[in-house]
Amino acid sequence: MSGILLLDPTAEVNPAERQLLPRLKSLAGATVGLLDISKPRGKEFLDEVEQQLTDQGAAVKRYNKPTFTRIAPLELNQKISTECDAVIEALAD
Amino acid sequence: MTTTQFTLFVKQACPTCALIEPVVQQLQQQYPGQVQVFVQDDPAFPSVAEQRIDDTSLASSFQNQIEVVPTLIRHNGAGDEMSRTYGWDQQAWIELTEIANLGSDLPAFKPGCGSMTLDPGMEEQLLLRFGKANLSAREIATADAEDEMEACYERGWTDGLPVVPPTPLRVLKMLRASRLDAQHVIGYIPPDNNPCTVEKVAINAVMAGCKPDYFTAVLASVRAALQDKFCMHGLLCTTYFSAPVMIVSGPACRAIGMNSGINALGQGNRANATIGRALQLLIRNIGGGIPGGIDRATMGNPGKYTYCFAEDETDSDWPTLAMDRGYSREESVISLFAGEGLQPIMDQLSRTPESLAKSMASSLRSVAHVKRFGMADAILLVCPEHRKLLREAGWEKKQLKQAIFDELMIPGAKLLEGVDGMAEGMPERLKDKQLNKFRDDGLHIVTTGGTAGKFSAIISGWVASGERGSQLVSELIQ
Repeated sequence: MSGILLLDPTAEVNPAERQLLPRLKSLAGATVGLLDISKPRGKEFLDEVEQQLTDQGAAVKRYNKPTFTRIAPLELNQKISTECDAVIEALAD
Repeated sequence: MTTTQFTLFVKQACPTCALIEPVVQQLQQQYPGQVQVFVQDDPAFPSVAEQRIDDTSLASSFQNQIEVVPTLIRHNGAGDEMSRTYGWDQQAWIELTEIANLGSDLPAFKPGCGSMTLDPGMEEQLLLRFGKANLSAREIATADAEDEMEACYERGWTDGLPVVPPTPLRVLKMLRASRLDAQHVIGYIPPDNNPCTVEKVAINAVMAGCKPDYFTAVLASVRAALQDKFCMHGLLCTTYFSAPVMIVSGPACRAIGMNSGINALGQGNRANATIGRALQLLIRNIGGGIPGGIDRATMGNPGKYTYCFAEDETDSDWPTLAMDRGYSREESVISLFAGEGLQPIMDQLSRTPESLAKSMASSLRSVAHVKRFGMADAILLVCPEHRKLLREAGWEKKQLKQAIFDELMIPGAKLLEGVDGMAEGMPERLKDKQLNKFRDDGLHIVTTGGTAGKFSAIISGWVASGERGSQLVSELIQ
């Protein structure tokens, strides 16, 4: 058997590796965004998370994605990144 | 001293080329040392030629774009082509050569034969050999002792079944079935949203087992999947069962031999099997949609290998799905629906459309969950025997749909969470509403399958149907 040529069926891309941002040392005084992705009962779940964060001294901002079936709009990503020190994205059902 | 040169392309297997041997002699006498004869098959032919050039590689024939033999080309002193003629047309040859009595013993006209450069499959080989194929995908050379089928598996390119190794020749043949440029970007494939060229679609179509005849249908399926309304990204990522289901109608179905009859949703038809598979391979290989990676389906469904079939169009008064969406019967259309599985509706006793509609409605209530309304769309596959019953009673699709909708209009109070001992159901706030099982545009009626058997069926839709998720989409096959 001799070798044959095959054409690469993949996208041939090498995604850029991104460093994680520095982790928060303390929640006190930090602003944490809570993103509701519009799954059923996501609100109830995030209400509980908000309470726990507030108890530890964090300020909380709430955001909503229009639908869980699509990725978040760029504007929403940018808004969260400029207004918050950290973000928690919620899944629920 | 004249600087004119003649090049003549011939093949021994062509009777016209044999006929003009005396003409070659005449031409050489008039233009000594200025006539070159390129022969495509037998280097010893024609024996009368003084400057005979072996073109069995077809390199010169290809470079000179020879389509017919014999072809005679006249060049000026700089080597530029001034004019050409092909076949044996005495008057044209006389004008080209300025020899008044050329071939005077021959019939005035005899058509030539096809150049070997145009033999089936040869043109693509020559385009590749001479770097004219416009392919840019990375070439991967397998090792001498490597099994190419296993090589595809090892690189993670398959859905679990073997794929056809995507050699440049196979890919080029696929590409030439479309008028689109190989490097045209057809769109961005989710979930990674990577750019996808027509060439990449062709590579994956080859691997799926498609014939080039199917390529325009595959391209249409990709365009459909990329419509925002279809929500391919969410569909791929969901924990639910759903995946693209393809329904094809119009003349293209017959042209490429799709199955809309016995076992239409089953195995055994190459077009049905491979068109559906090509999109799935593309989502895997270009989009990065890998099961267990971003494809998080709890169980998935066997239609995620391929789920594609044609509509039965034998009843000209029964519109196709595409016609329901505004297309004409003469147009070939592929529609994509986010769905899964097949739930039978066995009804062998109904003799009236009213009874049959009740049977169908009762079965349709089970889509997603019997107490979940307005959540998942569905396709109702009406078998030919059931359609016959409806048609003989004078019913059309719209009456069937209305009867089903009427049957499935239920008071919210009967569907609430907890009712009938089932926690699953509709939220309390809907208790005073009349709820319909389906959105207004959430039930699609399609006929397919063999003529024997009173067996219709349901293809359930994704629980994220409608504007918040996926809606049925259609694209012309062209």
